[in-house]
Amino acid sequence: MTNSFKELESANCILAIGTNTTVAHPIGSMRLMRAKSNGAKLIVADPRRTQIASLAHLHIQHRLGTDVALINGLMHIIYKNGWHNQAFIEERTENFPALAEVIEQFPPERTSEITGVPVDQLKQAAEWYSRSESSAICYVLGITQHSTGTDNVKSLANLSMLCGQIGRPSTGVNPIRGQNNVQGACDMGCLPNVLPGYQYITVPENLEKFAKAWNAKLSPTPGLTMVEQIDAILDGKFKGLVVFGANPVTSYPDVNRVEKAMQALEFLLVMDIFPTPTSAFAHVVLPACSFAESDGTYSSSERRVQRVRPAIPPIPGKANWETLQELSTRMGYPLKYTCGEDIFNEMASLTPAFGGMSFARLNEKGLCWPCPTADHPGTQYLHQGRFSRGLGMFNAIDYRPPAEAPDKDYPFWLTTGTLFTHYLTGTMTRRCPTLHHENPVVEVEINPEDAQRLHIEAGEEIQATSRRGTIKARALVTTKVRPGVVFIPLHYAENAANRLTNAALDPVTKTPEYKVCAVNLAKSA
Amino acid sequence: MEFRSVLTTCPYCAVGCNMLLQVLDDQIVSTLPAKTGPSNEGSLCIKGWNVHEFVQHQDRLTTPSLRQNDSLKAVTWDQALDHAASELTRLKDTYGPESVAFVGSARCTNEETYVFQKFARAVFGHNHVDHCARL
Ligand code: SF4
Repeated sequence: MTNSFKELESANCILAIGTNTTVAHPIGSMRLMRAKSNGAKLIVADPRRTQIASLAHLHIQHRLGTDVALINGLMHIIYKNGWHNQAFIEERTENFPALAEVIEQFPPERTSEITGVPVDQLKQAAEWYSRSESSAICYVLGITQHSTGTDNVKSLANLSMLCGQIGRPSTGVNPIRGQNNVQGACDMGCLPNVLPGYQYITVPENLEKFAKAWNAKLSPTPGLTMVEQIDAILDGKFKGLVVFGANPVTSYPDVNRVEKAMQALEFLLVMDIFPTPTSAFAHVVLPACSFAESDGTYSSSERRVQRVRPAIPPIPGKANWETLQELSTRMGYPLKYTCGEDIFNEMASLTPAFGGMSFARLNEKGLCWPCPTADHPGTQYLHQGRFSRGLGMFNAIDYRPPAEAPDKDYPFWLTTGTLFTHYLTGTMTRRCPTLHHENPVVEVEINPEDAQRLHIEAGEEIQATSRRGTIKARALVTTKVRPGVVFIPLHYAENAANRLTNAALDPVTKTPEYKVCAVNLAKSA
Repeated sequence: MEFRSVLTTCPYCAVGCNMLLQVLDDQIVSTLPAKTGPSNEGSLCIKGWNVHEFVQHQDRLTTPSLRQNDSLKAVTWDQALDHAASELTRLKDTYGPESVAFVGSARCTNEETYVFQKFARAVFGHNHVDHCARL
C-alpha cells in the first residue's frame, strides 16, 4: 500500500476495485465503512454484488476482465471535463501525451459497450473520484489475477496521477494484501529477481554486497516464477523441488497439470504444518511450526513490520529457521543463527529500507518501511513530493480481452475468490470447527435465471467443467452474480476450483488468470 | 496452573491485526483482540477470534517422514535431514545446481523467509526461488 489503513478513514472518496474487502480483510474494510460514515463517497467496482458492493453509494458491475477499458473510460471522462490535475501532471509526471492518445479512444459509449456499465454510472464515478479533495484507490487480486494484471495496476496508477490523488494523506493506490506476510515475503527477496529490500540481482553492486556478506557465489540471472517452474519440471529441467509452507496442488491454476509435475520429480521436499495434497507427493516431509510457535516478524499490507511471538514451544521440536539451518549446514553451507532476532539483524544490516529497525524498536507498535536509520520514525505514506523513480510515468495501455472467453461448449464465465470464513487452501481455517461449521462444502454461485434454464435447484449438487478439469459443487442460487457468470471459492482441496482455472499468465508478473475462465455446468450424473 | 497472555500478530490476512493468545499450561485456550494494534485497535474478524482452534489440532505434523515403498513413514529428524541433504546434493552433482527449484511462502515470518532464500541462492547459486504472492 502506498498509504496506511487508518488514513483511509479520512478520505473523501474511495474507489474499491476488485477487492471483496469485507470478506478477505474484514478489519481493513472497517476503515472503508468509517470513511463512508464520515461522509466519503464509496464506489465499488466488482463483477459480483459483494457485501461491500451492496453497501456502496455506487456499484459498478463491469464485465469480467474489462478493468482496463473501465479505467480508461473513467480517465476519458475526467480529461474531457477538465477534472484532471494539470499542475500535478506537469510537475510530477511524464509521458502524458501517450496516455491522452489512448484514453481518447474510450468515449463513454464505447466503454459502456465493452464493460456493460451504464454511461451515467461512469460519469458519476469519474466525477466523485477526480473532484473529491482526497480520493484513495483500494484493489487486490481481482485486479492482479488476470492475464492483463500488470496493465490493470498500471491503469490505476495512471488514474491516480491524472487526478493528483497520490503522495498525500488518504490518497494513493493501495493493494490490500491477502496473505499475512505476502508483503514480507517480497520484502525478504523470496522472488526470482530481487534480493531482500527489492535490491535487483541484475545490479552488480547489490550482488557483490550480498555475495560478500554471505560468503557465496550468487547468480545475476533472474530465476523462474512458480508457475513457470511447473513448466520447467514437465520439460525435465527441474528434477527437485523444495516447498516451504505452500500447497501448489490446490492453489496453482490447472491443478491436474501440477499433479503431473509433482509425479515427475525425482525429489520433492515439503515443509508444512499439516499434511496437504502437495505433501502427499513428497519424498521427505518436514513438520513446521505455526505462527504461535515462531519468534520473528511479519510485514502487513501497510508495510508495517510487526512482531510475532511464540505462545507455546515448537510442536515439531524445532523452529523453522533451525530446520533450514540444519539442512544448509548438512549441504556444506553452515549457518549459525541463534534466534529470530539474530536473523533479522543480519537482514536489516543488508537492507537499507529496514536499516533502522530492531526488535527493541518493533516491540511496541511495529514500524512501516522505509525506516533507514535508528532515529527514523518509519514511513506512513509513499511518494510524498517525489516518486521513487523521480517523475511518475504514465503508461499508455490499451484494452485486451481475457485469455479465455465463453463459447458454445463452455458458455459460462467462471470467477474464483474467497469466503469470509476461509483462507487460501483451507488447511488452517477448515480445521477450525467454528469456521468449518459456517461453510462446510464448496458451493457454486449461479444466477436464478441460469439455474431455472438448466433446471438446477438450490442446494443440488452439480458439475462444473472447463477445458482442464471437472469438479462437483452445490448450487447456491443467488443474484450476487449476473446471468452467465458463476463464482466458486478456492478453499476446497477435494473440489479445487483450480482444477478449472486457466494457467494463462500476465506477461510481466507471471500472475495466472485465476479470475476469468470459461466453464460448462451440468446436473450431476 | 500457569497462565500467560502472549501479544502477537494474526497469521491470516495482511491487515496485520494484533492479538493476545491466552495460554493455560501450554494450551492455547482462546484469542483476544489487542487494543494497542495499530491496524485493528481492539477488533478481530471471525478468523482471528478463532485462530487458536487450528494451532494444536490433532492433524498437526509432529515428526518428519520419509517415502519408503510408496508410503510416508515416520523417521527421526536426523534421518530425514540427512536423506534430504543427500538427495539435494545428488541432484546438484548429477544434473547441475539449476536442477532444483524453490517455493517459499507468504505465511512464514520474515526471518524464516530470509533464511530460505539465502539457502537457495547461496547453496545453489541461482535465483529459482519464488512464493505464492500471485495467488
Ligand atoms: S483478524 Fe481478520 S482482518 Fe485481522 S488480520 Fe486476522 S484475518 Fe485479517
